[in-house]
Amino acid sequence: MTSTLPVRYKEITASGLRHEARATTMVWRREMIRFSHDRMRVFAMLVQPLLFLFVMGTGLASVVRAGDGLDFRTFLFPGVLAMSVLFSAAFSGISLVWDREFGFLREMLVAPVSKAAIVVGKCLGGATTATLQAVVLLALAGVVGVPYHPVLLAELVVLLFIGAFMLTSMGVLLSARITQIQAAMPASQLIIMPMMFLSGALFPMANLPGWLAVLTKLNPLTYVVQPMRTVIFEHLDVPPAALAAFGSDVTWGGWQVPILLQVAVAVGVTGLIVALAVALFSRTD
Amino acid sequence: MEPDEAAVSVRGLRKTYGEVEAVRGIDLDVEQREMFGFLGPNGAGKTTAIKILCTIAEPTGGSVTVAGCDVVTDRAELRRRIGVVFQEPTLDAYLTAEQNLRFHGELYGMPRKVLRDRMDDVLELVGLADRRNDQVLKFSGGMKRRLEIGRGLLHAPQVLFLDEPTIGLDPQTRASIWDYIGRLRKETDITIFVTTHYMDEAEYCDRIAIMNRGEIVVTGTPDGLKRSIGSDRVQIRTEDDERAIERIRDRFGIEAAVHDGMVTFAVPGGAEFVPKLFADLGMDIQTVTITRPSLDDVFLSYTGRTIADSESAAEGSASAMARAFQGRR
Repeated sequence: MTSTLPVRYKEITASGLRHEARATTMVWRREMIRFSHDRMRVFAMLVQPLLFLFVMGTGLASVVRAGDGLDFRTFLFPGVLAMSVLFSAAFSGISLVWDREFGFLREMLVAPVSKAAIVVGKCLGGATTATLQAVVLLALAGVVGVPYHPVLLAELVVLLFIGAFMLTSMGVLLSARITQIQAAMPASQLIIMPMMFLSGALFPMANLPGWLAVLTKLNPLTYVVQPMRTVIFEHLDVPPAALAAFGSDVTWGGWQVPILLQVAVAVGVTGLIVALAVALFSRTD
Repeated sequence: MEPDEAAVSVRGLRKTYGEVEAVRGIDLDVEQREMFGFLGPNGAGKTTAIKILCTIAEPTGGSVTVAGCDVVTDRAELRRRIGVVFQEPTLDAYLTAEQNLRFHGELYGMPRKVLRDRMDDVLELVGLADRRNDQVLKFSGGMKRRLEIGRGLLHAPQVLFLDEPTIGLDPQTRASIWDYIGRLRKETDITIFVTTHYMDEAEYCDRIAIMNRGEIVVTGTPDGLKRSIGSDRVQIRTEDDERAIERIRDRFGIEAAVHDGMVTFAVPGGAEFVPKLFADLGMDIQTVTITRPSLDDVFLSYTGRTIADSESAAEGSASAMARAFQGRR
């Protein structure tokens, strides 16, 4: 046996920011590896948004008159993109419950790295895999009348990534408290469904009754979905009448919120969720 | 760690979960390069103690240093210096053996070149070099355990903690795991801290501490502890156990009790005693067993129960404990 094990490496392990970054990257890489093994998951997550876009979208288009020059499915497209990342990202986040159940979480928690490195790595991983799935959907843009403009596509990918990061971090936050697999799925549904319905993903924000309008504005996902719709409409020639009914403006007490501020709200809320998740995971027995 | 410093030093360690006192004030020192064992039934507080030593749980009271680092104030450095193999599996079954090791090395910040070399070394040591690119879900229980031990060694820790390293494995695999641990001791100068509830496994240790109900009952070498008892264990089967116990007390002045379904007592020179027993007991004896002192007898003589007794008694309260601990991981 030619083992070099007896050698004791002094200071074999490093510390500091570079080390934390490596740990984060490795947690992210694990998500990528697992994603690549999980074809069924990818497939299932793609089917659902397609159903919404082509079955529900086409069906509703026959009753909802989007106005001349605007296909209802065009309106629906950013909502469906957001939905596809919503499910996949939240699922990635709560997969920490599985990591706990199968013990791997402990391997991560006993390592000499901060909880922040692990939580951020997990969120980045979930955000990346969810965005990758949405990109497949993005390829169908032309079918529903959204142009393949490189700037538009880049803007959409960035917004999708922000939304995916937000939902993954929510899943991670949930799994800091929920330790049982049976509880994890219903709990995530409890968050995903209202967030989806109250984001303006499936219906326009203009002319909502007061209570519903307030709820949509409290939903952080709104500040991802509406900017996506805005950038899409900017690249289209939407008639003013259709824009009035199906527009994507978000207002706070009558003030029209600039798109960059909307994105800042989404990023800020995501940061808060991540910070909270780190704090919860840092508690020990 | 200074050359003559203890690898593990524990003073007055206590841990309570709400009302439950899991660890009630233990003291111990483990020398460098020693193989030290915690022996005791399930629920004795071994795992809780080891969790505190590994910084997974915080002590309620007392002080603990491991590899020269305090468990509360120097947590990050301590973690770099120890390797841990938990009772429950902690591998990602969807990753390959090598990917699991790489994950570990990256989280411990090992330099890439060192990591590559060490991965080869530990895979060789635990006999998995030819399976390195297989997904862990294809591994048997024993292979998974070996991989976990290898992973615990990857970052060249000074102290390796093994919490019930052979739990849930068949006897043959258990023996092979201990072979690997034995090899590890020969080839490295690592300190090993192991917990077990198998008596035969405790025999491998240089020294053991017997734990019961959150306390250390006695510490010593396995041989020393067995010698300290000085008597053999005699177990007999009779028609009427209670009458037998009474007569043994009356005629021989020995306290017996029913363990494992048989009347059990300890007596010096068991082989010479048995003929007298047959002659003077005045009732039928169906079977008789004499055993030289084992660690189980040590446990019995210090706690008044066998490990098997303690575990069946703990069964009822164990499920209540399990409920109390849900969500505490």
